[in-house]
Amino acid sequence: MTDMTSSVQSTFVRPAQARRDIGIKRRYAAERRFKAYGLTAILIGLFFLFVLLWTVVSKGYTAFQQTAITLPIEFSEKIIDPKNERGANPAKLMTANYPLLVRDALVKALGIDPANKPLVKQATDMVSASARTQLRDLVVANPAIIGTTATVSLLAEGNIDSANKGQIDLTVAEANRKVKDQQIEWMKKLSETGAMAKQFNTGLFTYGASSRPEASGIGVAALGSLYMMLIVLVLALPIGVAASIYLEEFAPKNRLTDLIEVNINNLAAVPSIVYGLLGLSIFINFAGMPRSAAVVGGLVLTLMTLPTIIIATRAALKAVPPSIRSAALGLGASKMQTIFHHVLPLAMPGVLTGTIIGLAHALGETAPLLLIGMVAFVVDYPGSPMDPSTALPVQIYMWANEAERAFVERTSGAIMILLIFLVVMNLGAILLRRRFERRW
Amino acid sequence: MKSLKLTVAALVASAAFAGVAIARDQIQVAGSSTVLPYAKIVAETFGETFPDFKTPVVESGGTGAGLKEFCKGVGPDTIDIANASRQIKDSELETCKAAGVTEVQEVKIGYDGIVFATDSGNADLKLVPKDLYLALAAELVIDGKLVANPYKKWSEVNKDLPDVEIAAYIPGEKHGTREVFDEKMLAHGCKDAGADVAIKGLVADEKEAAKKCIAVRKDGLAIDIDGDYTETLARIASNKNGIGVFGLSFYENNADKLKVATVSGVVPSGATIASGEYPVSRPLFFYVKKAHLGVIPGLKEYVEFFLDDQMVGPDSPLAAYGLVPAPDAEREADRKAFTDGNML
Repeated sequence: MTDMTSSVQSTFVRPAQARRDIGIKRRYAAERRFKAYGLTAILIGLFFLFVLLWTVVSKGYTAFQQTAITLPIEFSEKIIDPKNERGANPAKLMTANYPLLVRDALVKALGIDPANKPLVKQATDMVSASARTQLRDLVVANPAIIGTTATVSLLAEGNIDSANKGQIDLTVAEANRKVKDQQIEWMKKLSETGAMAKQFNTGLFTYGASSRPEASGIGVAALGSLYMMLIVLVLALPIGVAASIYLEEFAPKNRLTDLIEVNINNLAAVPSIVYGLLGLSIFINFAGMPRSAAVVGGLVLTLMTLPTIIIATRAALKAVPPSIRSAALGLGASKMQTIFHHVLPLAMPGVLTGTIIGLAHALGETAPLLLIGMVAFVVDYPGSPMDPSTALPVQIYMWANEAERAFVERTSGAIMILLIFLVVMNLGAILLRRRFERRW
Repeated sequence: MKSLKLTVAALVASAAFAGVAIARDQIQVAGSSTVLPYAKIVAETFGETFPDFKTPVVESGGTGAGLKEFCKGVGPDTIDIANASRQIKDSELETCKAAGVTEVQEVKIGYDGIVFATDSGNADLKLVPKDLYLALAAELVIDGKLVANPYKKWSEVNKDLPDVEIAAYIPGEKHGTREVFDEKMLAHGCKDAGADVAIKGLVADEKEAAKKCIAVRKDGLAIDIDGDYTETLARIASNKNGIGVFGLSFYENNADKLKVATVSGVVPSGATIASGEYPVSRPLFFYVKKAHLGVIPGLKEYVEFFLDDQMVGPDSPLAAYGLVPAPDAEREADRKAFTDGNML
């Protein structure tokens, strides 16, 4: 409207200039406005990315450190094997009362009266309950340690760890927090002597799931994810490439192939939870495969990734110029030779890029795994893809629902690890494309 | 489509080959997310104490979903135990029996308290079911008529309550906790307010009248939380005047950020819940397939270990986490019921 009135006005006032008014100013203004919109869009995107990264990193970086209490532990024979039966019955070493060793060491280090039961309990509560297995493994691996004193670094209990990192508000009334005044005093004492210190948290990478935050890690989840990625790679890459070569190079162009193409494009957009339902009914209920196993997860993710790979591969094949095919055919190569000796090698960077992006997508997927029982608490490492395991994003989801404070940082820590994996995979895809892609 | 079908067929064929003859040597558990933390502690300790058995796998996903998996049938490809934050329904038991799961053993593990809490910076809060009902009901009987809940502030409900806008974060309807909340707080408060009689006078159908008592307002002042307690905690952190519903164990782990409300003058704690003084609590269960006992290695030992006093007793890791142990005699009876093989 305003445009019209202004042009009408100018016609009326200065007829001579009207023909020369081609709206230069207006068009430049529009261009500037559009540029500003684009820039704003990018800035908003960057802002949210920054906020996301900031919240994750600021919450999560502490997860890579873990408080440990280093104590001289006396592996007293009286406690571990009072009747000296370990020669005849080595299983005795498995069930010995190892927490007593920790108790005695703490009582000694903190100078507590062993008869004061509540005080002793507060002291032992500072050390993770995982100390039992830690000491047991030490003794079982090396029974000669019995009767000697060795310095052992024990994990601090989750709340003590959080308090040591300043994540628990210690100013509130003692009844309202998990760390008691006496324990804070002991923490100070142990820190001064150097017995309590933060170490690099290797456990975060090696432990399986645990109800104790200090002893939980992404080990099982990472292995489960690795199994699934291998299955996806081994199945989806050959099937996807074969399907696309056939569709692109051999299949006749008719209604049926059009229908297939439409369906593949649709499948790429199907919500992933649908693949989970499919996996539950086909692989678990019909084929009788085990629940919670990485093999089922891998198969479900394969189905989910296939359309992505097929679409990327077909695009890569299409991008190879027809002159290459004609030249090969003209020199007497068969169609098969043309494809495998000339077309496919040239399309390979595109195929691999598509595969890696598909894999990265599959790595971050949780929804389909929920239905096949992989959102689970799994402690033992899976020996094979047939054993129960979880996946990295699932572990993040499960930690996010935990009540203990120490799981908050672990959730963000695990997100950082997953993000690093994804960045590395996507970088790999970009590098492959940069390095090997040919332009015509 | 054809190529995809072929692909699926090929995958199924390979799957069927791979799936042949797997004898499961690992207990599989699924069900309630309320029971999950307890089941995790027991499973982990079980794995550490019995090195001959593998650590059980515990899935979460909710009571209903767990029981559905449980009732799929008998055999190594079905789960052994379903955790439940409520008792199994008759309809679920029928599904079970129709699928061949005829022998189901019910095991009670203890009690769980449901608490109301606000941000730790707020003044002490004293709730009674009546006030909560008046604040959260969708419709109230005023001057002999059912009208939409007019109250916007807690102080309008009861002048002893704080003068802030009503904001309650309550568990969504898919949660087992919601049922307890409806029954122990809303229905109870409805009765205390005398509204149940008044509603019956206005609504002829008895079922409809009972539903009116527990219908929660949908005008944004009562917010359903479909996620877990961590989400409720985050909501309270952003709205300091909000009141949230938590499990006792979750509250105890976050007591530095939250202030718990008394219900009818009773402070929630393990002791007051065990004695029955604190009104909002419920028993927690799990269900075992009897046919799997002795077939799945370690299943019997796991259940016995779970019921042992070193796990669910007054001085046990589960009690330390927030489970309210059943009284001594009741625990003894539960153990006996399992060894006797009592079935539903």
